[in-house]
Amino acid sequence: MTSIEAQGDKHHAQRRAEAHGDHHDDGHDHGSFRSYMTGFILSVILTAIPFAIVMGGGFESRFLTAAVVVGMAIVQILVHMVYFLHMNTRSDEGWTMMALIFTVVILVIVLAGSLWVMYHMNTNMMPQMNHEALGLGS
Amino acid sequence: MSTVTQQAPGDFWEVEPHHHHEGASTSIGFWVYLMSDCLMFAILFATFGVLGASYAAGPGPKDLFDLELVALNTAFLLLSSITYGFAMLAMVKNNKNGTLGWLAVTLVFGLAFLGVELYEFNHLIHLGAGPQRSAFLSSFFALVGTHGLHVAFGCLWLVTLMIQVSQRGLIPANRRRLSCLSMFWHFLDVIWIGVFTFVYLLGMI
Repeated sequence: MTSIEAQGDKHHAQRRAEAHGDHHDDGHDHGSFRSYMTGFILSVILTAIPFAIVMGGGFESRFLTAAVVVGMAIVQILVHMVYFLHMNTRSDEGWTMMALIFTVVILVIVLAGSLWVMYHMNTNMMPQMNHEALGLGS
Repeated sequence: MSTVTQQAPGDFWEVEPHHHHEGASTSIGFWVYLMSDCLMFAILFATFGVLGASYAAGPGPKDLFDLELVALNTAFLLLSSITYGFAMLAMVKNNKNGTLGWLAVTLVFGLAFLGVELYEFNHLIHLGAGPQRSAFLSSFFALVGTHGLHVAFGCLWLVTLMIQVSQRGLIPANRRRLSCLSMFWHFLDVIWIGVFTFVYLLGMI
């Protein structure tokens, strides 16, 4: 075996050992100073903008204000997932991602279902049961 | 070539049972716990979404909330997230004192968050806007209170780990525990994004 081959073998074995060690450590990468700072700065921006909009009175259209605020929140949640929780499709052979996708599906069903059903329940109440119509407050 | 023929059966079934390190599946297990916790918060958010406009002729968000206080709290929690990140980076570098230092800073921010939240709750209850006042306030206290309770237990866990690390050092078990708390802590910050957006900001529009 030539010295170059031996070196290559050693290097390969070392790399494999490192990868193995990493996997058994906790299955997640720990990020770097750079990735944490990127996440932090993005989060600060994505928090400051909606607070500034709402504290400044918001846009003329309330719907537009709400849409911008919710949009920023969704982006910020993604930023936290990627830069702070180090989500990727590789960790634990993709099972963390599968669990996350399953949770998001259930979450959307629970939230959208509750709001949809209860909104229609409220609007379809019989008039005598409608507190708003009786002036008892909503 | 011989190595290939030896390994081939392993592609289809385990020739030998393969052994995992102790705690190798902890992170996926803890992640599943966090996801179930997330579902619990989803239900509290859904409850707030349904009941959040039922004021029972009582005070609404615009009469009660102070956005400057919420912004301060958000800053505390975001700063605690990044300082916990620095604690994890110090842990990877085997820097025990650095880890303990950053954990202490994280604890200070966590406690500051709890302090402001308790001040807010106390203020609301003194105004007569306690959880029994209206459906809006019941669901508000349930949602924000559950998040606050999580942060309180996170702080307790943080103190426990600081004692563990200072006594035993950065042993593999403590590294695993610190990784779990890291996930828990960042997860709470994610939930807080939902709280300040859907409860406070949308309530004030």
